[in-house]
Amino acid sequence: MTARARFIYFLTPLILFLGLAVFLFSGLFSDPTKLESALVGRPVPAFELPDLYQPDRTHNESIVGGQPMLLNVWATWCPTCYAEHTFLNKLHDEENVYIIGLNYKDDSRAAAVRWLQELGDPYQINLFDFSGLLALDLGVYGAPETFVIDSNGVIVHRHVGDMNDRVWQEEVGPIYYSLFEQSGNASGGSAQ
Amino acid sequence: MIAEFGHYALALAFAFSLLLAVVPIVGTAKGHGGYMSLARPLTYGMFFFTLISYIALTVLFLKSDFSTVYVANNSSLALPWYYRITAVWSSHEGSFLMWMLVQAAWAAALALYSKRLPLTFAARVLAVMGMIGVGFYLFMLLTSNPFDRTIPLIPVDGRDMNPLLQDPGMIIHPPLLYFGYVGLSVAFAFAVAALMGGRLDSAWARWSRPWTIAAWIFLTLGIMVGSWWAYYELGWGGWWFWDPVENASFMPWLIATALIHSLAVTEKRGTFKAWTVLLAISGFSLSLLGTFLVRSGVLVSVHSFAADPTRGMFLLAFLGVVIVSSLLLFAIRASKVVSHTRYELFSREVLLLGNNIFLVTATVVVLIGTLLPLFHQQLGLGSISIGEPFFDMMFFWLVIPFAFLLGIGPLVRWRRDNIQPLLKPLFIGLLVTVALAVVLPMVFADSVSGMAVLGLILAIWIFVGTAHELKLRVAQRENKPQALIKLGRSHWGMVLGHVGFAVTIIGIALVQNYEVERTVRMAPGDTFTERNYTFEFKSMNERIGPNWVSDAALFEITRGERRVGSVVSEKRFYTIQRQMMTQTGLQVNPWRDLYVAMGEELGDGSWAVRIHIKPFVRWIWFGGVIMAVGGLLSMTDKRYRLRRKATPVKGVAL
Repeated sequence: MTARARFIYFLTPLILFLGLAVFLFSGLFSDPTKLESALVGRPVPAFELPDLYQPDRTHNESIVGGQPMLLNVWATWCPTCYAEHTFLNKLHDEENVYIIGLNYKDDSRAAAVRWLQELGDPYQINLFDFSGLLALDLGVYGAPETFVIDSNGVIVHRHVGDMNDRVWQEEVGPIYYSLFEQSGNASGGSAQ
Repeated sequence: MIAEFGHYALALAFAFSLLLAVVPIVGTAKGHGGYMSLARPLTYGMFFFTLISYIALTVLFLKSDFSTVYVANNSSLALPWYYRITAVWSSHEGSFLMWMLVQAAWAAALALYSKRLPLTFAARVLAVMGMIGVGFYLFMLLTSNPFDRTIPLIPVDGRDMNPLLQDPGMIIHPPLLYFGYVGLSVAFAFAVAALMGGRLDSAWARWSRPWTIAAWIFLTLGIMVGSWWAYYELGWGGWWFWDPVENASFMPWLIATALIHSLAVTEKRGTFKAWTVLLAISGFSLSLLGTFLVRSGVLVSVHSFAADPTRGMFLLAFLGVVIVSSLLLFAIRASKVVSHTRYELFSREVLLLGNNIFLVTATVVVLIGTLLPLFHQQLGLGSISIGEPFFDMMFFWLVIPFAFLLGIGPLVRWRRDNIQPLLKPLFIGLLVTVALAVVLPMVFADSVSGMAVLGLILAIWIFVGTAHELKLRVAQRENKPQALIKLGRSHWGMVLGHVGFAVTIIGIALVQNYEVERTVRMAPGDTFTERNYTFEFKSMNERIGPNWVSDAALFEITRGERRVGSVVSEKRFYTIQRQMMTQTGLQVNPWRDLYVAMGEELGDGSWAVRIHIKPFVRWIWFGGVIMAVGGLLSMTDKRYRLRRKATPVKGVAL
């Protein structure tokens, strides 16, 4: 090998690193909590899940749609969900927001029920996803997560992390209310 | 006042590091001995002022000075004094200060023990440590100053230390890991200094080897303690989660392991030089990359500190400067180094190359698994998460050939060997291995699991190979026990390193395949029996600690008629941070852990109780301890202690 060829050959590690650095650099400017769900713009996947309170009653995908709503993924093992819960109650009580609760891989049904009894239940429908099947289809990264769904049952937006006043005012609330303005002919375009 | 004092000391340490980075290098360029010998005092100055700064922060914690933001956020009046000392490194700013202290301590140790090195080389090594210091001190002063004040709004009480970290395991885990991470900067400094001088010889490898092994020991112990902590503190019963932060410590360990083997080749045979240098650079680069990943918030992890783009930018820029300049230097200088040593296909060199290839592949696997979610997102493919199944499968396929090579490697001679005489003992060894691996579970366990047998085969194969190697070593000697003792510490270091690895494999294989995990509903008075162990929930008591209250459940464990012991399992509520933590109840012996963790209270006085029986789980960590002891023996070997003058030495085959 000539000296020049050797030099170029020995440059390989540097080139590999530079490639990696480009990704790391762009990673800095994207918020990891803002995960794009591959499902934004698509209908909620089909599912068949038991009710949280009544194990023998099941729900399927027909419960979504009809009006704009939120789908909130939560669990009792998740401390952030605890923090978020008060705000969800407020959304339900004061702004009359329709929220479906998806209890995700919880320790036990009893624990989840007890939690809702103690902290209040902001959910219109409570799904119990013990094995995490629906959450898997939705690409859930962790709890809590909230999906905004339009009246056609199409996922319009996904928020990872807790819902609070700021997030609602600045991010999720406007999207949710814009769905009412499109009244009826809501197209499931991706909203940013 | 103390805060300003600490801040000023930190600034002085920065000034020292700046001088250290420049003056000795000017000295080497001009051939000025005086400038070069300034490297040592400058290093001591850097260490001294970092220590002052660190002590200042500790005093602020002990005095509960909530006029300091960092103290107010990470301590409280109720926090016991020993946790106030450890709270210093419980969050970002303070843990960086500790990092700096460790970095300066390594540099000072180098200065102290480098008297035998040629002046030019020592000056370069210390200057490189200074350059690394410049970057870190700047980072602290510009983006992460732990001495910022809350004035004028001084809180009455602090927000308390993160409850997860209020634990003895957490007291030693971060310092151990930092010693490991930063220790790799020493190997890095040696490599870069050698590249600067353009001389990559076996002397360089011999100087840098004990330091590299020291860093490796700290990494090994740090990872073990971290795993042990996660096991009993998180209450999930897992001992490794492939979490990005764990991976960030595992990658440097894998590279450091490859590096100590490759250094052995460079030291003894004068070959693999460029490769060894590249490993030394990669090891420290991965430490930095890990820091970047954890601190910048690029990846979401249970360990993550608050994300701050400025910090991320700075760290990435620093990472870029360090890696680009060192790799460029590598390309320029290492491409000129040509090895003249020859070796044939069946030789220890080639087997060690195999070892390196597997370890590097494993590192790449971990790196990909850690970063892929990030790439995926950047490429617009949506977000994904890579979890245990990916890593488990990849490591399963990597460890089989790796362990196989490990069993043979030490038996083969340098340069070239004849495979013929080895075939018969290897074949017998394999038969013994397989027989033992199948019979042992048949005798001691209720069922035989294929995966457990495979794990045992790998481990026993390593034992058999190691034992055969020792036997060969003393075969020609009259007095065999004495010959064994005389083998030398570095040889025994290798033996223990390998045995420790096998012990860890046994632990992993058996706990993964024979553990039992049950979640049961129990109220005081209830009993639950599994594998002959009866757990009786005796009583529930309230306990009150300095900054927590807890429900403490007492369990009596019996096996048949015999009483095994009692455990207390707690559900603690930390009142200031309003967090629930589990304190696992453990009853342990070398063969199994009985693990009781409290879940949720279910009303009517009953609780969800997690009961695990984990056979051989201790072996995972015990193996790590054996490896670390092996490392300690190796680095204290005669030839690193006695060698006076730095003369390039021809490789001495063992």
